[in-house]
Amino acid sequence: MLTSDNAFSTALALIMSMDSALISIVMLSLQVSLMAVFIASLLALPLGAALALWRFPGRNVVIVALNALMGLPPVVAGLCVYLLLSRAGPLGEWGLLFTPTAMVIAQVILVLPIIAALTRQQVEALHGEYAEQLNSFGLTRSRMIPTLLWDARFALMTVILAGFGRASAEVGAVMIVGGNIDGVTRVMTTSIVLETSKGNLPMALGLGIILLGLVTMINAIAHVIGETAKRRLG
Amino acid sequence: MKKATALITAGALGMTFSGTLMAADDYITLASTTSTENSGLFDAIIPTFTEETGIEVRVVAVGTGQAFEIGRRGDADSLLVHDTAGEEKFVAEGYATERLNVMYNDFVIVGPSDDPAGISDSENVIEAMQRIAESESPFASRGDDSGTNRAELRLWEDAGVTAEGEWYRELGSGMGPTLNTAAGMDAYTFTDRATWVAFENPQDLTLLFEGDEALFNQYGSLLLSEERHPDLKHDLAAQWHEWLVSEEGQQAIADFEVDGQQLFFPNAE
Amino acid sequence: MTIYQAPPVATLQLENVSFVHRGSTLLKPTTLQLAGCHRTLIMGPNGAGKSLLMRLSHGLLTPTSGSVHWQSEPPAQAMVFQRPVLLRRSALDNLTYVLAINNPPRPELKGLSRKAQAMSALEKFGLAPLAKRPARVLSGGEQQRLALARAWLLNPRVLFLDEPTSALDPAAIKAVEDAVLEFHHSGTRIVMTTHDLHQARRLANDVLFLHNGELLEHTPANVFFTAPSSPEAGAFIRGELVW
Repeated sequence: MLTSDNAFSTALALIMSMDSALISIVMLSLQVSLMAVFIASLLALPLGAALALWRFPGRNVVIVALNALMGLPPVVAGLCVYLLLSRAGPLGEWGLLFTPTAMVIAQVILVLPIIAALTRQQVEALHGEYAEQLNSFGLTRSRMIPTLLWDARFALMTVILAGFGRASAEVGAVMIVGGNIDGVTRVMTTSIVLETSKGNLPMALGLGIILLGLVTMINAIAHVIGETAKRRLG
Repeated sequence: MKKATALITAGALGMTFSGTLMAADDYITLASTTSTENSGLFDAIIPTFTEETGIEVRVVAVGTGQAFEIGRRGDADSLLVHDTAGEEKFVAEGYATERLNVMYNDFVIVGPSDDPAGISDSENVIEAMQRIAESESPFASRGDDSGTNRAELRLWEDAGVTAEGEWYRELGSGMGPTLNTAAGMDAYTFTDRATWVAFENPQDLTLLFEGDEALFNQYGSLLLSEERHPDLKHDLAAQWHEWLVSEEGQQAIADFEVDGQQLFFPNAE
Repeated sequence: MTIYQAPPVATLQLENVSFVHRGSTLLKPTTLQLAGCHRTLIMGPNGAGKSLLMRLSHGLLTPTSGSVHWQSEPPAQAMVFQRPVLLRRSALDNLTYVLAINNPPRPELKGLSRKAQAMSALEKFGLAPLAKRPARVLSGGEQQRLALARAWLLNPRVLFLDEPTSALDPAAIKAVEDAVLEFHHSGTRIVMTTHDLHQARRLANDVLFLHNGELLEHTPANVFFTAPSSPEAGAFIRGELVW
């Protein structure tokens, strides 16, 4: 019988054992999700800021589309990347399907709209406050972007964490494009699915507890850094 | 300084990452079924193969229907599935050049231990399935076009039962999730023996019917067409294909046991 | 005291400048010339269009009709707002930030590093001990002085100030007024809005008087305060409520 008690003891035993397979799964999860968030941030922060500053025809369409894509089902993102990277697909020659790189690509697609849409909101609000002063300095809009992103950094850290949350929690996309290959593309979430399908529910829940613990730890670190800096900078 | 930190982080991330990516090139991707993966067969036999040949086998475990699709698109180097009719069609369509029998196990019907449809003393599987349909006892079907699902649907057809209605629940899930669901709602379900024996959450489910020849579950290995997908690792895949039906391969399959029970029976000709 | 002899300031010309927002005319067509290195005070009751006229002159807003132009190369300009807009960084970083934008250093600071230039501006405005403090936790008076120090580093030939003292206590007001005079001594033209008559008397060379979006007077300060030509300005000076 499954009780939360033996899930916790399983989780604890897993952590204590420092099982090398578990460690490699945890490391791969972190690598894939952190990499995806890093790449998505690199693209989405300037994109969101540009969307906040420029008025152009169709801008509202882009904003609505980005907001809608925040709810893109991971499976759909996974399927699109699968069709793209499949040997029969347009990028098939790269041979990336069933590799960690494919998982990163899928997660970038999931995370990018979140970071871009929320960055747009944050930067637009800050721009409302800064616009006259920055105009007075003679800054063009493209030169305002670094200033606005830097000054919105605390809010944007939360935005990036939201992206990381989505990346580390999703399973639909990485399952399809990674294939859950033991030792190659098996991450925390796909392991949980696998253990569940084996009926090994304490193990599945134990892995879930470890995943939650990791995500909590990363959020806590970011929170402490953010709060300290905020207190220092007002 | 902050920029430098970010760059270093990115660099480090990239390095560790490319480390993972730059694994040995001597590997093949094998599309196979959840039953073989979940039971632990591959964990038992692949290391032996890798030791002999130096070829790593990366298993993508999906339903048989999806495995065929992966094969058609050229996304795997080799296929090991269990739907003989589908496999022969796959060869006929020119996606594979050769199909070989590798092993078999059998399907069983599991259900709640009080057996409300009374199938345990059925003469044969047709009768067992008719009893489930007549009593309208809940039945959980994979409904995912997998090999197991295809076998189940053929049996309903042979039993002259239209599998639909309140009692018949198509889950659209793999074998494991289907067993979890069947256990949760006290339903009968049709499963391969390997997944069942290795399954750890049976709750009140118990094995109720087995042993009919119609429940024979044949696994076949497919050698993919070099003409269709020239980029695949055909040489390595051929080694795997041949090893499976070789003496060593067949012995490795026979040696795999869960709880002292042999789950797959080699039958290469 | 040696006064740095700055070259003459370019003349600002507004021709038939009007501003309409959502159907209501906030500034009626206005023609105006701001010449010489004066301290010009823009006065008038709330809602008269003082800040609007200033923003149009500085180029923050585009007029609905008419034109705003300088009669030669547009000079270096800076603006100090009623509520200072400071970046979420230290006081020092707020200053090095503007130095990094593109402006050439003030002549007397030439050759110094950005940080050294910023420190000298902090010292000049009595903020040196606060260099490392986050700008946005400073007091209102300190923030406004920091905004002035920032404007100082921009070495403007024209400095716009929009009600810079309206939220400050008397000591802080004194510091801002001293800074305004300091800017002027170094050759910077001052354009400043205020609704404080006493402040206007202390600072003004000439006065622009606005009422209901209309420029009623542009006269030297001594004339404006003794013999205003419009009845509205007269009432304003006598401290009556003007609408």
